[in-house]
Amino acid sequence: MAVKVSMKVNGKPVSADVEARTLLVTFIREHLRLTGTHVGCDTAQCGACTVHMNGKAVKSCSMLAMQAEGADILTIEGLAKADGTLHPMQAAFKEHHGLQCGFCTPGMVMNAVDFAARHPNASEQEVREALDGNLCRCTGYHNIVKSIVAGSKAMAGAK
Amino acid sequence: MHAFNYHRPSNVNDAAALAAKSADSKLLAGGQSLVQAMKLRLAAPTDIVDLGMVKDLAGIKSDGKTVTIGAMTRHAEVTGSAEVKKAIPALAVLAGMIGDRQVRNMGTLGGSLANSDPAADYPAAVLGLGATITTTKGTHAADKFFKGLYETALRPGEIITSVSFPIPKRAGYMKFKNQASRFAIVGVFVADMGNGVRVAVTGAGPCVLRLAEMEKALGAKFAPESVAGLKVKSDGLNSDLHASAEYRAHLITVMAKRAVEAAMK
Ligand SMILES: Cc1cc2nc3c(=O)[nH]c(=O)nc-3n(C[C@H](O)[C@H](O)[C@H](O)COP(=O)(O)OP(=O)(O)OC[C@H]3O[C@@H](n4cnc5c(N)ncnc54)[C@H](O)[C@@H]3O)c2cc1C
Ligand code: FES
Ligand code: FES
Repeated sequence: MAVKVSMKVNGKPVSADVEARTLLVTFIREHLRLTGTHVGCDTAQCGACTVHMNGKAVKSCSMLAMQAEGADILTIEGLAKADGTLHPMQAAFKEHHGLQCGFCTPGMVMNAVDFAARHPNASEQEVREALDGNLCRCTGYHNIVKSIVAGSKAMAGAK
Repeated sequence: MHAFNYHRPSNVNDAAALAAKSADSKLLAGGQSLVQAMKLRLAAPTDIVDLGMVKDLAGIKSDGKTVTIGAMTRHAEVTGSAEVKKAIPALAVLAGMIGDRQVRNMGTLGGSLANSDPAADYPAAVLGLGATITTTKGTHAADKFFKGLYETALRPGEIITSVSFPIPKRAGYMKFKNQASRFAIVGVFVADMGNGVRVAVTGAGPCVLRLAEMEKALGAKFAPESVAGLKVKSDGLNSDLHASAEYRAHLITVMAKRAVEAAMK
């Protein structure tokens, strides 16, 4: 069944006729060609597909595009400024070596940005718990946690 | 995923009518269980009735005696709710232990109860507090709602609209979680209702269950030592690659003791 879906992605209104069974991540990657959002596990475990829906981190492989009808979606492509200046969380990942292969990074950063916005002074322990839904096969997490602690401070300072 | 017809009703009557139309239709709430099941083709509904735009299904109200939570209320809203934290802190804690942040931003109370996963958290609070489940066809007492493995008293097309939780004198929830999935290997909800104690266990059996012996012991004296010595029989408990039935039986006592400690804090 083909259905029409409309939403805002990174500030721009988009709409398309899609099959009702289209996942949000498929819509983002294959219809909009925004391939920064990754598919790691496709089973709701790894968080590589994390995007924001109305400001909240969600796993885009675990929902239909239709569930995002009318929503504001933010993907990793929408974080940096138009002139290329990195978002403070992205800059912190770069500075603190929060990535190796980079596959998990878009999801890590999107979850971290949402988390930091709600918990400006989070402890290292709280950051580790907030990463329950994001898996990384390279870094051993330590530098990711350091990056998020630093990125949270930078985000709070930039306000 | 198999193809399906998609419906997006805006009120609960239309949703119920759409759900009743086809025998193989499914309601869609957060999708955190259903979308994955459809991807694996464990579920292949002909019709999806999306509750996402249905008015008045989400929200939290408290009247001093009960806390009523709409079926479409996300786990993140329950764990963050000042009203829930004040009236039934154990319920806010429980909602915050479900899955991960992303899952909590989408998953709903109604979806969790309708799914009745043997290792889900909410059923422990619903049974532990003796909550009332309101649907489009009437109400269900918690004691008669959970029927077995992924089985509830809901009839086809019946939609959960809200759940009313009586406010206990004190309550606590403890779960020993599976480190990979975060689901409960064993979770115990203990509630001192003022006129009696209820103990509900999730993760251990085909669905959530009560423990009469512990309820009696805690009714006589609400203290960790009342349950610390009680051995639970492993007959009929789940045994899988995560834990044997004997280990789960042991964990029930340990989690019950810790839940009582949490309730007394
Ligand atoms: C990675 C991951 C980890 C998780 N960890 C946990 C955990 O630790 N503890 C835990 O308890 N759960 C856990 N879950 C499950 C999660 O809580 C789900 O959100 C929940 O079980 C289903 O809720 P949903 O709103 O997503 O429902 P959906 O997936 O949309 O629906 C589930 C079922 O309920 C039916 N349904 C939905 N709403 C209603 C309604 N109002 N009336 C009648 N029927 C309805 C649907 O038709 C479907 O059959 C986890 C899920 C994931 C993906
Ligand atoms: S791809 Fe979505 S959670 Fe792994
Ligand atoms: S950096 Fe390679 S998976 Fe995280």
